[in-house]
Amino acid sequence: MPFMSVKFNLQKRVKLAQGLWMFYWLSVIVGISIFSLGIFFKIELRKRSEVMDNSESHLVPNLLILVGMLACGLNAFGGKMCHDALDPIKFSKMKPMLKPFMLLSCGFSMLLLLVALLCFLMQFSIYLTLAEGLKNTIRFYKDTDTPGRCFMKRTLDITQIEFRCCGNNNFRDWFEVQWISNRYLDMSNDVVKDRVLSNVEGKYLMDSVPFSCCNPGSPRPCIQHHLTNNSAHYDYDHRTEELNIWTRGCREAVFSYYSSIMTSIGVLIIITIILESMDVAGLKYLSTSLETMTDPENPECESEGWLLEKGFKETFADVLTKLKTLGRANQVQEGGDAPEVSPP
Amino acid sequence: MAVGKVTFTKAEREKLAEVLWLLNWISVVTGAILFGLGIFLKVEIQKWQEVMSEQGILYVPHMLITTGLAACGINYLGSKICLDCADTNKFLRWKLVMMPYIVCTFFFTACVLAGALLCYSIRGQLEESLYQGLRNAMRFYKDTDTPGRCYLKRTLDLLQIQFQCCGISGYRDWFQVQWISGRYLDMTDGAVVDRLRSNVEGKYLMDSVPFSCCSTISPRPCVQHRLSSASSDFSYDHQRQPLNLWRRGCGQALLDHYTGVMQSIGLTVLLIWLFELLVLTGVRYLQTAMENVLRLGDPESESDGWILEKSLAETACYNFDIIKNLGKCYQVDDDPNINVPSVAAELEVPSQQVQVQS
Repeated sequence: MPFMSVKFNLQKRVKLAQGLWMFYWLSVIVGISIFSLGIFFKIELRKRSEVMDNSESHLVPNLLILVGMLACGLNAFGGKMCHDALDPIKFSKMKPMLKPFMLLSCGFSMLLLLVALLCFLMQFSIYLTLAEGLKNTIRFYKDTDTPGRCFMKRTLDITQIEFRCCGNNNFRDWFEVQWISNRYLDMSNDVVKDRVLSNVEGKYLMDSVPFSCCNPGSPRPCIQHHLTNNSAHYDYDHRTEELNIWTRGCREAVFSYYSSIMTSIGVLIIITIILESMDVAGLKYLSTSLETMTDPENPECESEGWLLEKGFKETFADVLTKLKTLGRANQVQEGGDAPEVSPP
Repeated sequence: MAVGKVTFTKAEREKLAEVLWLLNWISVVTGAILFGLGIFLKVEIQKWQEVMSEQGILYVPHMLITTGLAACGINYLGSKICLDCADTNKFLRWKLVMMPYIVCTFFFTACVLAGALLCYSIRGQLEESLYQGLRNAMRFYKDTDTPGRCYLKRTLDLLQIQFQCCGISGYRDWFQVQWISGRYLDMTDGAVVDRLRSNVEGKYLMDSVPFSCCSTISPRPCVQHRLSSASSDFSYDHQRQPLNLWRRGCGQALLDHYTGVMQSIGLTVLLIWLFELLVLTGVRYLQTAMENVLRLGDPESESDGWILEKSLAETACYNFDIIKNLGKCYQVDDDPNINVPSVAAELEVPSQQVQVQS
């Protein structure tokens, strides 16, 4: 009893072949978009690798690029097969390639499933890398003269302006680091000396933030220094002032950006998996309907197409026995298949 | 003496019709591109509309948009006509429409050229509008509580951050405006009152700039205040610290940006114009060839196609005469159908009567 069999006449077969050809080319376009999304994601990670301590994992974009190229090649080949299927000469030539191709497509769908899972799981890794990276970037903000850290200030300023955020969790992270280098501190000034000496580690800490934390939408000119001191500024209450500087932390802002990219890529891959399965099912129907033609010389005859030759359970049992015998290919069966020896 | 005369066989006419059909469809696509360019330019101008003193330069994108839509329509009609022109029977349908269509397309092509030239010539007007608009924006920077000017501060800050510029021609422009509102000035403070009194117009001027002028590539944290006194900040010499603030003026930055955009758009429109001209020439050749075939009567014969039937000077005179005579519709001068009684006519009548009698 074939599993999900459908009767086909000539018109239905032609329609199936044409529809399947279009689906395969749609899948090629989807493959191209996965490839370009992989490149885009890689570029985005590289752009901000300094904020992530240069230790971010490029596994997901590399896999996307590979999967995109594979999808293009596989689906283009499948489209060509559909195009040739209706011609009996070409069909008989490509018959032996059908089964391996369908197995390859199924394997590719499994790979796609793995990539989709990775897209959703690697977000945790990015979150942790971001947290660590931002902490270090804020610490090394002042070291614009140290090789390897020269551009941390610029990267962090641009990130805070672009993502409209301040600090790691919030702006108070800036109060805990010395973000003004000693080169620009007048050590002969008493106020400066007091502040440095009163700190346990000798750091010059202030309740100020860099200019990149300023919010352009604030109605008053930006207050960066003495943020927690209400009397330092006219008509200022730091508890009720909301628009002066960005209140969001950069970890949350940058993570939500990368998370949205990865989630949309994951959704696209799931759509690709569904598309691929439909392609394989259509190809199976087409190939079985062409093989079961009652009269191969007459293209108008009826035929039957199916997904599985026997029922679902029987096919599963068959596959299991095949797998078992695969392992025993080289063992000699007892009283069984001994090779015949021709009498001399 | 026809201008640009070429002889076409039947096969060549059919090939020409096919090629023109394809070219017309490509022109529909270029028309859509023109439309898209107009929309893009409009969006770009509207982004920074607040810092422009007049909205007059919006007529350039509007012109591009209408020309693009007209191009799509005209070339779609052209493709239909060219498809039918391969066959002499179907051509009869379009015979009367062809000449007006070609004249229309000629004027439309002139509009496309005008659009392209406008893109290049708008620079002067844009410069004036930008400098005036920026001056106003800086003056009203502090008025975040006045309706109509609430968002000037945010727009100007975002402009300075995005275009990496400060002030109109340099950061010193900020020293000449009061950019801190009176609402945030402590009038009980002696220093503030002194500074206000010492200014002729009662403005609170400082040698400081807003935070958006700060350069992100500076190695030291931004120095915004007390910029002209060298001893204000430790080891800060304003002449030897070029990286602290953005050096470029926003007027120059915006002008360069818009000039670049408009020059690329102008170049694309010029290329589209050349393409349209090519298509128009092809359609003219096809039209004259098909008309000559009809005149000769034999659809299989060769026929001539040209751009102008007589030479340029003669055609100009002919058209000029038509325009002159357009105004003389109801004048009686040379019309043979109107009975003008004259002395010669009266004399002739009796001689005819004599003839009948005999």
